[in-house]
Amino acid sequence: MAASTRTQVIYLYRMMLTESKKFPSYNYRTYALRRVRDAFRANRKVEDPKAVERLMEEGRQTLAMIQRQVTVGKMFSTQKNVVEG
Amino acid sequence: MPVFFTHNQRSKLTISFTSQMASECSNFTSHSIDYHCFLLIKKHELEKDELRPLYMDFQATTPMDPRVLDAMLPYQVNYYGNPHSRTHAFGWESESAMETARKQVADLIGADPREIIFTSGATESNNMAIKGVSRFYQTKKRHVITTQTEHKCVLDSCRVLESEGFSVTYLPVQTNGLLDLELLEASIRPDTSLLSVMTINNEIGVKQPIKEIGQICRSKGVFFHTDAAQAVGKIPINVTDWKVDLMSISGHKIYGPKGVGALYVRRRPRVRLEPLQSGGGQERGLRSGTVPTPLAVGLGAACSIAKQELEYDHHRVSMLANRLVQKIMSELPDVIMNGDPEQRYPGCINLSFAYVEGESLLMALKDVALSSGSACTSASLEPSYVLRAIGADEDLAHSSIRFGIGRFTTEEEVDYTAEKCILQVSRLREMSPLWEMVQEGIDLKSIKWTQH
Repeated sequence: MAASTRTQVIYLYRMMLTESKKFPSYNYRTYALRRVRDAFRANRKVEDPKAVERLMEEGRQTLAMIQRQVTVGKMFSTQKNVVEG
Repeated sequence: MPVFFTHNQRSKLTISFTSQMASECSNFTSHSIDYHCFLLIKKHELEKDELRPLYMDFQATTPMDPRVLDAMLPYQVNYYGNPHSRTHAFGWESESAMETARKQVADLIGADPREIIFTSGATESNNMAIKGVSRFYQTKKRHVITTQTEHKCVLDSCRVLESEGFSVTYLPVQTNGLLDLELLEASIRPDTSLLSVMTINNEIGVKQPIKEIGQICRSKGVFFHTDAAQAVGKIPINVTDWKVDLMSISGHKIYGPKGVGALYVRRRPRVRLEPLQSGGGQERGLRSGTVPTPLAVGLGAACSIAKQELEYDHHRVSMLANRLVQKIMSELPDVIMNGDPEQRYPGCINLSFAYVEGESLLMALKDVALSSGSACTSASLEPSYVLRAIGADEDLAHSSIRFGIGRFTTEEEVDYTAEKCILQVSRLREMSPLWEMVQEGIDLKSIKWTQH
């Protein structure tokens, strides 16, 4: 159903942005936020339900990857860089 | 007048500083520098609260993409088998990961997976290609052609071949960094076995006309090797279209791990190589030794990500590069970009700031990680051979800085770099007597400098 898929997509988008904000590294954090936003924006017009499902699955796997890499980054965090600190 | 430059082209460069400059750089005294390198930038570890510099040196190496690390970690922790073990699950899973990685690398360049050989990096790939091919065909063919702007490993391999009795032609480049195709065609002799030209130069970012060169080589029956370490994943590559026979790929230039690379060796028509590393016959006998599964998986992941992100990254890097160059050139006069403005990769910008010394500019820009054109890593104060090959003036070659922009660069970093650069160049120029003379309208080329 279109409505629940739409809510699901928005939920996934918000989750990915929340998790991306947690990257300790400035470059990874800005890249993740930008890339997630641009990817969702680029795929906004996709109609075919199979394609939507495939993209959602990719999104969920990317979300899991972001969570893992945020944890790894926190284990080895370092000082802030000149632009952010 | 704070700084005195007395310059005699033949012997010594004498620089004396006042206390103002000396207080800024603590390891400074009155010095007379003859042609031994004096590294002004002292190595030191960052303090605990000191902020880290911005990274703008993407041609030297690149940070690993988190997706690549994510693909590699399982093979560092649990799936640690040797991919060449045939008898148990550890070996099988490791081998299947290695083969997947091989396919990913092949897909990026339009090759067949059987044509990819994993090596320890582009330096090893270049060595294998140049020494291997020329030694295999050495009974009939004893001539190798390369260019003057190649990477050190290629030039050094050619020097080794020269000592073995081969004859090597080092083709000059034009002032824009591109090769002259007619000169290239004229240099090919009946006994030429190999031609090696790099796709994108790591110092000035110039992109050579590989398609046309491939056409020439195929028509003359010469093997064509290209060092595509800086080009893979940044511009679309197809080895069949380009008629390339050998291609070197480096992992750590495309957001992959350091210590791995690949060599593409064409199978149809077959290119034969004499292997450099002997052993158990792995990698088609061309490169024996256990393939490092986690590194190979990392390289494969980096290549597949690069293929996916190629357009997005290219668009973004071009936009940021234009922003940087526009900002700097609009505020500062007398800034020259080395290399052809059209045939280039936008992410590698080499700018020469006239009347400013490169090393002192790098020291002033200490919160940005940059590289200069001068090869001060070697034991001489000579400017980089690439800049000399494109015919840059001695003083411009000394004052060149290379800005590298990549996937993770942000607009804020570019703006910060541009502003800092403009500020520091203006400040250094204020201190420079050469700049004062130029402002007064004196033509520097007409000055007779005194002997020292």
